[in-house]
This record gives sequence, structure tokens and C-alpha cells, in this order.
Amino acid sequence: MKEILEILESNPRIALKEIATMTGSTEAAVASKIKEMEKKGIIRKYKTVIDWEKAGEEYVYAIIELKVALRSRTGYDAIAERIARFPEVRSVRLISGDHDLSLTVRGKSMKDVAFFVAEKIATLEQVQGTVTHFVLRTYKEDGDVLFEKERSERLAVSP
Amino acid sequence: MSYSRKSAASALLSPRDVMPGKFVSEKVREIPPSGIRKFFDLVLEMDDVISLGVGEPDFVTPWHIREACIYSLEKGFTSYTSNLGLLELRELISKSYMKDYGIDYNPKNEILVTTGVSEAADLAFRAVTNPGDEVIIPEPCYVSYKPSVSLAGGVPVPVPTYRDDEFRVTADQIEKSITKKTKALVLSYPNNPTGAVMERKDLEEIADVVNENDIAVISDEVYARLTYDGAHTCFSSLPGMKERSIILNGFSKSHAMTGLRLGYAAGSEELIAAMTKIHQYAMLCAPITAQMGAVEALKNGDGEMQKMVREYNRRRRLIVGGLNKLGLDCFEPRGAFYAFPSIKSTGLTSEEFAGRLLKEEKVAVVPGSVFGECGEGYLRCSYATSHEELVKALARIEAFIEKL
Repeated sequence: MKEILEILESNPRIALKEIATMTGSTEAAVASKIKEMEKKGIIRKYKTVIDWEKAGEEYVYAIIELKVALRSRTGYDAIAERIARFPEVRSVRLISGDHDLSLTVRGKSMKDVAFFVAEKIATLEQVQGTVTHFVLRTYKEDGDVLFEKERSERLAVSP
Repeated sequence: MSYSRKSAASALLSPRDVMPGKFVSEKVREIPPSGIRKFFDLVLEMDDVISLGVGEPDFVTPWHIREACIYSLEKGFTSYTSNLGLLELRELISKSYMKDYGIDYNPKNEILVTTGVSEAADLAFRAVTNPGDEVIIPEPCYVSYKPSVSLAGGVPVPVPTYRDDEFRVTADQIEKSITKKTKALVLSYPNNPTGAVMERKDLEEIADVVNENDIAVISDEVYARLTYDGAHTCFSSLPGMKERSIILNGFSKSHAMTGLRLGYAAGSEELIAAMTKIHQYAMLCAPITAQMGAVEALKNGDGEMQKMVREYNRRRRLIVGGLNKLGLDCFEPRGAFYAFPSIKSTGLTSEEFAGRLLKEEKVAVVPGSVFGECGEGYLRCSYATSHEELVKALARIEAFIEKL
């Protein structure tokens, strides 16, 4: 199972047939295993890491830290879920330290992001304060280093 | 006065014809160049070649190891080390042999760090061989053993291994090859080029023969970490074998450090002292930058290494399954990163097949015959290349076979 997950994590577009050969299993067995893991939510989704800047799209990212005052009988989960429902919010994390929640927000412009935070997030009753850090440049995303790909300069034939 | 001086000078400077090869020793002249060279030159002239001809990992050295090398340079560690290598490195090697195989090598005098396993092999042959001594070498095998033995003044005695034995040399074969002049036996498992491995019981039978005939063993175990489905048995872990064997190993394959040139030998104090004597005059010490990297590799490199091994294992299944489906009979290699399919069904020789495959479909493989006569009829296909390239290569090989 772990083996299949490792293969899919690095290449979700790989053919079932190949996963089967690589794990020494059959196509049918791999297919049912994957289906099972999708059902259980072990596999959440298949996604693509894109360098939007290279594609000519100007996205602005910001990391927003929130201080949250909990209302009686509802925990962090409730407020986190409300925030997570906004499509502008790319990630929500509960963190230790000075702040409680850390979000990543994506917008078309700085103004876009700033207004979103001011109107949709800061106005939430439990939110006591926000700190917005605009992302100037991304060097590594989701385990993928966004520098030139490393190539080993091997000889074509060697002993 | 000035006239005579001038004429004397010109007499000295007038060049004399040099007979081609006059200054090259007979010993060197007699050694044939590596068969791999020819293919290498051919490939260089072509574009868009998918290479399954490579004897090194396609991974770049793990970052934490490279970082350690960089840091060592920043700190100014650019001096010689002890002839034997950094003590810290030898201690780590010693610990890993205790942990993995239960063998106790004293880091002070039973381990020698060398510039790659190639150097270690050369030292071992030179340290052991008297003129005329015979050294038994199971084939197919790595290309350097035979010439190294010859250069050391010994006589290489090749012993063929067969697909039916899964390319393992048998105790029986070794026994039959032993003469009064036999000094040593070379073992190299997991094997380059076949990917064969030895079971513990195979090695025990060989140990009996070795013991009975009182010969030394030089065991090249550089692919030990790349063993799939089962654990590697280190030859010197067998009873009584530590005293009569030299174990060769290194960081090239396990930690993708080929170009950093770092290997080592482990053996009895006497044998290591003998090898060190040659090493101190020929090499002095292994490069310190690489040694610093190796320290990091042994301290913190297991995770990255296991990741690479798992990836090789997937590719191994991919290529072996693929070749067999194409009708190229391929036994299951359980070590290293080579598949060794038979091409006898095509009626071509190894060289013909490899040469035409390269020209017609632009896939580079190495003819099995390069690794010994009994490798004729086989190809070495390295799967130390990306998954996508392997799939492409298999498709091209299929197209090639269909045309035959």
C-alpha cells in the first residue's frame, strides 16, 4: 500500500499497468487498492504543481496569521472550517506560538488579498487580530524545488 | 668560439624519431582496452540516445551529503588525512559492519579508506599476488579484475557462470579450478553485470573449499546495499573467513557518490597493512572532501538510501517484466541495478544486437561479452535511469525486435 502511495505521490498520471509491474502485482489488484484508498480518504485528490509565474499568470500569495478568541463550547475546528470554506484560502493550519491559525491566501492582486482579509476574515467575530505577510517569491512548493531541475551529467556508457 | 657552442646545442636539440609505443611497457601493451570504450565512442556521436549502458546511479548525491562536503571546504578541510583515512570515518564503517553483519573490524588497523573501490581492488590484487600466482575470477564480472590481476603479475583464471545457476559460481566449479598455484578467489555479488546474488548456503559451501585449499578471498561487495528481497551476506561473516578475506565496499552505488571516488577495504591487520603500504606510496590518502561526505552518509544517510533502493526495486520489476514480455528471457536479478537478458533467440551476437540497437533505435546497452566470454548472448541493461526513460527504451527495443 505504502509503495503504491509513494508512486502516486511522485506521479499521479502513471498507468495502472506500470504500477502493477513496479509493485509485482496485478492491474486489477492495484485498481481495487487505489479505489479503496480513495474511498477511505487516504488519497484526497490528484493535483498538479504549477509555476504560475512562468505561465504568465500574476497571482499574489499571502500568509495570514490569526489570533482567535474561542467562543464557549466551540473549538478551533469550527472557526477553521468556516475560514477554510473560502476558495481564496489555499491552506489553514493550527499553529503553536504567538498566533493560533495560519492561512495561505491567493488573489489576483495585493489589493484583492488585502480586501479579502479585511472584509471576510478580520470581520469574523472570533478573530482578534491578523498579520498579513505577502509572499515575494516561492523557492520550494510541496516538496518540489522551483529552481532549474538538477541533472546529473553522466557518461552515456560506463563500466 | 660561439660557432662551436651553437653547433653543440643544435646537435642536442635535433629530434630523433621515436618508435611508436617504444616507451610503453610490454605488460601494458598486452592488456586489451575495455570493450565498453568502443560503445562509449559510438554513443558520443549520436543525439537522442536513451542509455541503459550506465554503471552508476542516476540520482545526484543526496543533498545532505553534498552539504557536508561544501561545509568541509568552507571550514578549510583541504589537507591530507591519515593514510588509512579519517579515524571517524573508519569508526563509522566499523560500526556499520558490526550492526549489519556482526563482524568486528578494528577501525585502527583493519579498515583502509581508498579512492574508490577500484583502487581498493587494485591494492588487494597487488598485495596478495606473487608473480605467476593464479587468481580465480568468476565471469561475467566487472571489467577491471582480469587486467588488474595481470598488472599485479598474477594469472587470471576465469570461471564461467551460467543462467541455469542464476549466474552464481558454485563451490564445485571453484574446486575444479584450483591448482597448486591458486592464491586467491574473487567474489563479486551482487554482481555487475548480471545482478546475481549469493545465498548464505552458497557462500558456506565456497568457504569450505576456500578453507580446505587455504586460499584468500577478495570479495567486492560494493552493491551490497542494493539487494532486493532478502539480506546480503558479507563473506567475512562466515566462520573463519575474516582472516583470509578482503572485503571491498564503497559509497558510489549506495549513496550515489561515484564521482567523489570513495571506497574502502576491510580485512585482517596483515592484509590491510600490506595494502596500506602500496596505498601510501601510490595515493597517499583518499580525498578529504569525499571522506567528510562519507561520514555524513554513514551518520544520516540511511533514509535517503532506502528511498533510492525502493525506487530501484520498482524499476527492476518494470524492466525485467518488460524484457520478458518482449521474449528476451531475463532471470530475476536480485541485486545491483542491472538486468541481464538473453538475446540468443534473435540469432544475433551480443555485439551485433547492441550495435544495431544503438544505430537503428538509439538505445545504448552493453554487450554481455564485454564482461567475459560466457556473457556472449546476453546484454547488460542498467535500470539506473528514470522510469519514463525505461518505458521509452522498452518500446524502442520492442520496435527493434519486431524488425528482425
